[in-house]
Amino acid sequence: MSRRLFSALMIGAAALAFGPPPAAAQAPIRIGAVLSVTGPASFLGDPEARTLRLYIERINQAGGVLGRRLELVLYDDGGDANRARTFATRLVEDDRIVAMVGGTTTGTSMAMIPVFEEARIPFISLAGGIEIIEPVKPFTFKTPHTDKMACEKIFEDLRKRGLSRIGLISGTGGFGASMRNQCLRVAADFGITVVADERYGPGDTDMTPQLTRIRNAPGGVQAVVNADFGQGPAIVTRNFAQLAMGVPLYQSHGVASRSFIDLAGPAAEGVRLPAAALLVAEQLPDNDPQKRVVMEYKQLYESTQNQPVSTFGGHAYDGLMILVEAIKRAGSTDGVRIRDAIRQTRGFIGTGGVVNMSATDHMGLDLSAFRMIEIRGGNWRLLD
Amino acid sequence: MDQLLQFVFSGLTVGAVYALVALGFTLIYNASDVINFAQGEFVMLGGMVTVFAVAAGVPLPLAALLAIAVAVVTGLALHRLAIEPARGASAVTLIIITIGASILIRGLAQLVFDRQFHALPAFSGEEPIRVLGASILPQSLWVLVGAAAIVLALWLFMERTLLGKAVRATAANRLAARLVGIDTTLVLALAFGISGAIGAIAGILITPITLTSFAVGTLLALKGFAAAMLGGMGNPVGAVVGGLALGLLESLAAGFISSTYKDAVAFLVILGVLFVLPQGLFGRRAVERV
Repeated sequence: MSRRLFSALMIGAAALAFGPPPAAAQAPIRIGAVLSVTGPASFLGDPEARTLRLYIERINQAGGVLGRRLELVLYDDGGDANRARTFATRLVEDDRIVAMVGGTTTGTSMAMIPVFEEARIPFISLAGGIEIIEPVKPFTFKTPHTDKMACEKIFEDLRKRGLSRIGLISGTGGFGASMRNQCLRVAADFGITVVADERYGPGDTDMTPQLTRIRNAPGGVQAVVNADFGQGPAIVTRNFAQLAMGVPLYQSHGVASRSFIDLAGPAAEGVRLPAAALLVAEQLPDNDPQKRVVMEYKQLYESTQNQPVSTFGGHAYDGLMILVEAIKRAGSTDGVRIRDAIRQTRGFIGTGGVVNMSATDHMGLDLSAFRMIEIRGGNWRLLD
Repeated sequence: MDQLLQFVFSGLTVGAVYALVALGFTLIYNASDVINFAQGEFVMLGGMVTVFAVAAGVPLPLAALLAIAVAVVTGLALHRLAIEPARGASAVTLIIITIGASILIRGLAQLVFDRQFHALPAFSGEEPIRVLGASILPQSLWVLVGAAAIVLALWLFMERTLLGKAVRATAANRLAARLVGIDTTLVLALAFGISGAIGAIAGILITPITLTSFAVGTLLALKGFAAAMLGGMGNPVGAVVGGLALGLLESLAAGFISSTYKDAVAFLVILGVLFVLPQGLFGRRAVERV
């Protein structure tokens, strides 16, 4: 953490030394971030942190915002909600931040919400859980798609294929548990019957018993949906192939990174998942409104970070850009005015979709933001 | 029927890993009364070093040997730098030292390697073998055969070699062992080294199935500890039986009762067994002499 803080300070110092004079003249605009750069959610938090550093440096090189430099104050919570809350308090009381981007997981975000709501500081979360913005909290926003949307997108695809009896297998962690609930809730709206509902713990290394139960569910299943992120889905996918289940397997947007294909290996062939356009940037038709944004982000990220782009870093890009545009529109660093400006975000084209915020919608995405993707030949293929 | 067989295959594969971790616990416990909670980190090191050596272009067998060597050196260093200087401290103190060591090893692994999950290619293909409607991966057979080979080798070492007998003598009575001229410090170092090797081999064998990351050791140590307690802490046969039993319990509970509560079911059974047999299934009854 201290190393990251140090490097953040060094970037800050470099910008101070070489930055354009008008931006350096005034006090910087401080933006806070608490991300799970280490720990079990590090594959989410690490690209998020890289994205924030990368783009804040670029914005500063271009002259900053409102003629002032941006300064990132970044803490690593290691995925621990308690630590996240402690850092949130520190950001408000000691670092005096103007706005906040981050909160990698739903757990850490939920822990930090009360702190920023009380301090009336705009907070753009990068986590998936729908409870972050439902019910709407005055100062809390989020950029990623919700797990409910993932369920709906999957069920829509199932309906198109004429499949209705599914087996659900989910992790007991926060993401898996939340998505499981959402899927069970919206299943009936799409005419889907969940005939088997199996779960596995974090760190479990063999899911063949659960999949065997799903296979032997009375009446049979026509497809299996796996709600989780991390290594669990990779093992489910391998076990699925081992048991030769013979029905389609759907994963969630939680596995939308290259490492899933690497870990699951040939077993990943034919797996479908809903994900952001960023995952298939090159395959988007040229008239797609997101094409330019996602290609630019992808190229810049991959050329500077020497690692493949992931949709999670894209959420951080969206959050930062929505915030920066809002600060420019507000013409001020006052919390309430920035909040009002974020709410007025219309037609913002991000990596996650086209964002239209309002006083009642603090995410601003609809189902069109998700693309259905299939893994073919060890790569993502855009289906629709 | 095919369903039951599938659960048994799953349970045995997972159980064999628990058994190997439990065996590592047993070995060190016998030689020193210490429950080494860094045991899971040996498994992690086995997997991670192999993954990174293979990625660097080292052939798999050589990478595996390197990983075992790293784990053995780590085990010896743990003994030399952490356990030996605290000689004479109570067992509880030593156990806490091993917990600290495990956190240190995990932190170093995170720095030296990375924080991502990694897989190894299966040693002999990914094509599952179908038996009576159930399927088992060739790699699972590697795990089971590997575990059996380790148990056999360990048994031969303990029963048939002078050094093995010295380990057993130290386990039976450390003072008496020292009086007949056995270098108990050497025996203890040996126990840590062998535990490191067993853990590393387990880690290499399971990585193609279970994937690995710097953090996998904690949970394995917990499960291995539970297995060792179930079998009777200090008894190698108990460690193996306890490990396989725990693996089977988990998979049968997930298959027949509820996957949500499979861990709870497994631990309830363990609690039940320990309630009736506090020394575990094969444990020595402690005899207090007055």
